[in-house]
Amino acid sequence: MARPPTKSRTPHRWVKPVAVVALLLPLAKIGWDAFTDGLGANPIEAVQNRLGFWAITLLALSLVPTPARDLPGMGWLQRLRRVLGVTAFAYALLHFLFYVGVDKFFDWRTISTDLTRRPFIMVGFAALLCLTPLAVTSTDGWVKRLGFKTWKRIHRLAYLAAALAVVHFVWRVKADLRRPLLFAAIFLVLLAVRLPGWVREARRRAGSRSVA
Amino acid sequence: MMRWKPDLRDADATPEALYLRRRDFLRLGAAGAIGAAVAGIPLPARAGAADPTGELLKAASTVDQAGGEKPTPWKSVTTYNNFYEFATSKEDPARLAGSLSTRPWTLAIEGEVKKPQLIGIEDLLRMFPLQERIYRFRCVEAWSMVVPWLGFPLGELIKRLEPTSKAKYVLFQTLLDPRQMPGQRSRSLEWPYTEGLRIDEATNPLTLLTVGLYGRVLPNQNGAPVRLVIPWKYGFKGPKSIVKMRFVEEQPRNTWWLMAPSEYGFYGNVNPAVDHPRWSQAKERRLGEFLRRETLPFNGYAPEVAGMYAGMDPRKLY
Repeated sequence: MARPPTKSRTPHRWVKPVAVVALLLPLAKIGWDAFTDGLGANPIEAVQNRLGFWAITLLALSLVPTPARDLPGMGWLQRLRRVLGVTAFAYALLHFLFYVGVDKFFDWRTISTDLTRRPFIMVGFAALLCLTPLAVTSTDGWVKRLGFKTWKRIHRLAYLAAALAVVHFVWRVKADLRRPLLFAAIFLVLLAVRLPGWVREARRRAGSRSVA
Repeated sequence: MMRWKPDLRDADATPEALYLRRRDFLRLGAAGAIGAAVAGIPLPARAGAADPTGELLKAASTVDQAGGEKPTPWKSVTTYNNFYEFATSKEDPARLAGSLSTRPWTLAIEGEVKKPQLIGIEDLLRMFPLQERIYRFRCVEAWSMVVPWLGFPLGELIKRLEPTSKAKYVLFQTLLDPRQMPGQRSRSLEWPYTEGLRIDEATNPLTLLTVGLYGRVLPNQNGAPVRLVIPWKYGFKGPKSIVKMRFVEEQPRNTWWLMAPSEYGFYGNVNPAVDHPRWSQAKERRLGEFLRRETLPFNGYAPEVAGMYAGMDPRKLY
């Protein structure tokens, strides 16, 4: 079972700051490449693709700590769950803002058509909408306010966001599905490893009910 | 049939001395990337557009059919290629296409012609004087370029082959050889890449059998040694590294139509009014520019080609 984020100051104090810096590196790389001709012939498309790639990658990584917590020596991963989730949202938001403000340059007519008529854009936007409440309620304060159970239930939206993000990626490509399907496989594995825990939990709940 | 009238005379062609200095002009352009002028928002400039390389080809004439627009830098034209025979990313073909051997090369002419034959690439290059044609190039993915191609009208070759009355369409095939074209080892598309044109489209004076780019032999990643450029159609209609031309009675089944019939048709005519199911075709990004510009019907070549589609539903011509 997932535990609420804790603020123990004991071991692995360096993990989070190192992670924050590491997670900003893809953004720094985009900035660097922009000024050194590293973005190729269509830099706008390149930035757009990279932001999306990092959003879905970090979303996948944010789903790793929970199932990994029982593996020996992996406890420190738990400290990264929140920062991974929040940066996944940050890259997804940048991906969307870049689409609005750079790729389409505030062409609201096209953007509104995209958001209402084009399933490819709609599912991507829906994924961002799923991630938004998770980012907002990522603080300790919100965990307390909502109660851990409710908080956890809300945060299951991450799985929906992952599914929508994969569909968005599948619809993005014209023919070569290898990368989007790789992400689909990764998310399926991350779900599959959770199943035994969920089944155990459901059984226990059913058991306690029958006792009562 | 429509006669094509050149919009420029020989006297209008760029003098050779000036042409040979064109890279100075490009360098000047690269410094400022057109985007900077638009909306005042600079686009990261492509540093020092690398000079064209490769064997020089001599063009007998130059015709600008892109309305005087500055050609997209050589570096962009040769590093941003949809060539799935090598890779599905646009950057990789430039790295991988070295494995393609373009000599010897034979173009097989088959089907409904009086003179079926095999034409060696060296003979093909000598058959007609090469012309430089500066065309707009619009991809179905809503980006575009301006490219100075070198070649000759496919119609001139077709005339010499003497198609029979049954030749209603021409089918084109790209080389199939996974050893030279590593992308063909995976089934991203049905190989070999197959395209087709109606015979009147194939003989339209704009349809260019292309062997060069920027005054040089066509780089492998751009479809060496011989490809088609049909400027009023989306880029996928222009097969690269062609080994076969077959004259047929039935409409050929082209690769992208086979792949996704709901998304790609046989005609592939550039049309801002007919969207790709997943994205709008109303606008396009010219490489190097920040703002998207309006896409023109038939990519701006309506006067030369619209007549061929008179009476047809333009919505069926995607």
